[in-house]
Amino acid sequence: MTTPILEMRGITKTFPGVKALDNVNLTVLPGEIHAICGENGAGKSTLMKVLSGVYPHGSYEGDIFYEGEAMAFRGIAESEARGIIIIHQELALVPLLSIAENIFLGNENASGGVINWPETYTRTTTLLRKVGLSEAPTTPVDKLGVGKQQLVEIAKALSKEVRLLILDEPTASLQENDSQKLLDLLIEFRAQGIACILISHKLNEIRRVADRVTVIRDGATVSTIDCKTEAISEERIIRDMVGRDMAHRYPPREVAIGEMLLEVEGWNVWHPEHAERQMIRNVSLNVRAGEVVGIAGLMGSGRTELAMSIFGKSYGRNISGEVRLRGQPVDTGTVPAAIAAGLAYVTEDRKGLGLVLPETILRNTTLSAMQKVSSYGVVDPGAERKVAEGYRTALKIRTPGVFQKVMNLSGGNQQKVVLSKWLFTDPAVLILDEPTRGIDVGAKFEIYGIINDLAAQGRGVIVISSEMPELLGMCDRIYVMNEGAFVGELAKGEASQEKIMSMIVKG
Amino acid sequence: MAQTTAEGERPALGHYLKNHLREYGILIALVVIMVFFQVMTDGTLMKPVNLTNLFLQNSYIIIMALGMLLVIVAGHIDLSVGSVAGFIGALAAVMMVQWGLPTVVVIVACLIVGTIIGAAQGYWIAYWRIPSFIVTLAGMLVFRGLTLWLLNGQSVGPFPKGFQSLSTGFVPDIFGPDKPNITAFILGLAAATAIVIFAFRARARQQRYGIEDEPFIAFAVRNGVIALALAYISWLLATYRGLPNVLITMAVLISAYTFLTTSTTLGRRIYAIGGNEKAAKLSGIRTEWLTFLTFCNMGMLAALAGLIFAARLNTATPKAGVSFELDVIAAVFIGGASMSGGSGKIVGAVIGAFIMGVMNNGMSILGVGIDYQQVIKGLVLLAAVIFDVYNKSKQG
Repeated sequence: MTTPILEMRGITKTFPGVKALDNVNLTVLPGEIHAICGENGAGKSTLMKVLSGVYPHGSYEGDIFYEGEAMAFRGIAESEARGIIIIHQELALVPLLSIAENIFLGNENASGGVINWPETYTRTTTLLRKVGLSEAPTTPVDKLGVGKQQLVEIAKALSKEVRLLILDEPTASLQENDSQKLLDLLIEFRAQGIACILISHKLNEIRRVADRVTVIRDGATVSTIDCKTEAISEERIIRDMVGRDMAHRYPPREVAIGEMLLEVEGWNVWHPEHAERQMIRNVSLNVRAGEVVGIAGLMGSGRTELAMSIFGKSYGRNISGEVRLRGQPVDTGTVPAAIAAGLAYVTEDRKGLGLVLPETILRNTTLSAMQKVSSYGVVDPGAERKVAEGYRTALKIRTPGVFQKVMNLSGGNQQKVVLSKWLFTDPAVLILDEPTRGIDVGAKFEIYGIINDLAAQGRGVIVISSEMPELLGMCDRIYVMNEGAFVGELAKGEASQEKIMSMIVKG
Repeated sequence: MAQTTAEGERPALGHYLKNHLREYGILIALVVIMVFFQVMTDGTLMKPVNLTNLFLQNSYIIIMALGMLLVIVAGHIDLSVGSVAGFIGALAAVMMVQWGLPTVVVIVACLIVGTIIGAAQGYWIAYWRIPSFIVTLAGMLVFRGLTLWLLNGQSVGPFPKGFQSLSTGFVPDIFGPDKPNITAFILGLAAATAIVIFAFRARARQQRYGIEDEPFIAFAVRNGVIALALAYISWLLATYRGLPNVLITMAVLISAYTFLTTSTTLGRRIYAIGGNEKAAKLSGIRTEWLTFLTFCNMGMLAALAGLIFAARLNTATPKAGVSFELDVIAAVFIGGASMSGGSGKIVGAVIGAFIMGVMNNGMSILGVGIDYQQVIKGLVLLAAVIFDVYNKSKQG
């Protein structure tokens, strides 16, 4: 057996009150892609922070052996010096600086503080070529899409002579084809002998590239699966992650479709800043009571823009078209009007647009309908707490109470708080924009259950998602969207990934 | 309820205090500073006459701090309040002294003008999204200039007696003119009792919900100190001239704004805006309108402060209100409000203002030069904010 490039033995990390890691072992072989799976909050990120020295030596128990030597990193600079580079979920690029400036930020090609630009640009071009980018090194990073920014991050890692590359959910916000590109790159790196730790929720990706998979649950290693000796089954990984068998990925639902709820007709929206760019073209859609309708499309196809423009004209300008609810035209021109009309919009950007992070579960839950727990503008704390506790129980928000700040919750719990907030407004139609993004498998299943319950209560649900299996598994009907227009509509029976893709491609 | 466990199982006192260091810290800091100056000035600080002065001197800062807290919680800043206060003082002087208008009319008119000034600034900030720093910096210059213009560069005064009593008047003793002023003492005791009753009721409610986590010792000491301090201070004031009118105004405003921030939908929504404006807007909160109202309110309170200050000096001067905004903003930040908005408490801002006030007063009695006073105040502000940031990073 080859000597491992990295061996973490018996890592235990305690925070006040919680044991985040409990005797975790991880071995990475040279030139392998090692996937780490686990639910949100299982301890993956903490483990990587221990490895990279964010939590310095001494603040945890256990040993780290890297290239055969015991390591005691006191900071990220020391681990980077040894070629351990982490690329975090949230990209750490400076948007207004150029690609070249970003890549060599803090590591400039300079002598005596004066930057050697020609060399910087040549080296940048070489690095960019390695990751498959052809952009000019002077391009500002904010002109690039998320996928390309991710590649710039990797180029930055390459500039530091990376030996062990750690990617924390690199494809979470990427399109299908960008993800593929990234994964291909990892395979290429493997051929060059660079080891890689890949933290991911996407089991199909793991199956595609990983040599071995370690599953972490509740701060402990559950299993390490060698993909060469045994076939990876998604069911096995899921079982290890959640600690229970998941017979069905999507909970079953009795479909009972009723009266027409929401109808949108001839919807046109222009870009808020570039008045000549039409973002939504003549879109018409409808949802009935008890129906779950999906909107499929690539990122940038205008799905979020469509939803937000319908919900209180929160996006775009020169919006035209008609919105009817139960056959009656309604005003949805402002958010309060849209809420009053019976609409709710659960945003794709939970932290940025969905929650007031420094406030409690309680306060976030009642935010949109505070008048329901108050009289003459004075909040009744007892009634408010009863409401929040009710949703905490009903939606299985896993916290000791409703007085926790939402910034400390896991993605799944946060999403449930957002859902609580909207359920409390008692909407007729909910638009859920990427409702399961960044949420672990167990919580996803619960969110699907909630969606089914909503439909069973006679509400209309619109689900926007980048994950086609999710749409196929959940929806009664799917609209396909591309470049701001609907290019097709498929009923549950006839929809398939291939059909959706071909509709998008053919436009 | 399951959470109401036995006394022994509650989180240890030390642990609790450590987690709530900021909230107790500021109260402790005020007490320590007062004791320090009381000793250093050989007891002059707490002499009834000085104590009365202390309230009169700081009333306008505290009143503006109430509005500033809301502005800062909403994620903004208002640099114009000193100039606005000066301008309103000048306006009041012109209306009363030069035009001879009745006091009540002038006060009402000035409060309305203050609100309009706040509205004019809030409009650009809320609806045009121009940074409040810029808009109110402009306002600071504009209203300083208008003050000079209105007064022609001269001081205007004196004011009628009725107007002066706004600041320098005292609540008469219904038990006769003899010292001590029994009314003052009784009102002080009543306030102390009310605070204790409210505290117990709040605690009982928390216990019912199972969210009470303050050890009884801490609860008792905190409220005991506050109640005793109130009783003691009212006794001291009683032995001088009784309760200043302005103290009553302050007490009413502090109670009203505490209620507003903690118990009303309006207050809660302002905190939500400061915490995450976009999320608040997408939750159906009229963020622009509430931001606008916050600045209207600030304008009104700045006007009130300007009137009280003018009444106290008994003259309107072109220099009135210069650099008040800095004391006000410092008070709010010393009181624990977050620079990024979304958090902060009325009581914190009030205590912050008192810390600044006691330091000003104490150092003046000690004869510390204005040069050192500025340095020390600056360092205290910096230390308070560093303490905040340090505390947060430890928790994070």
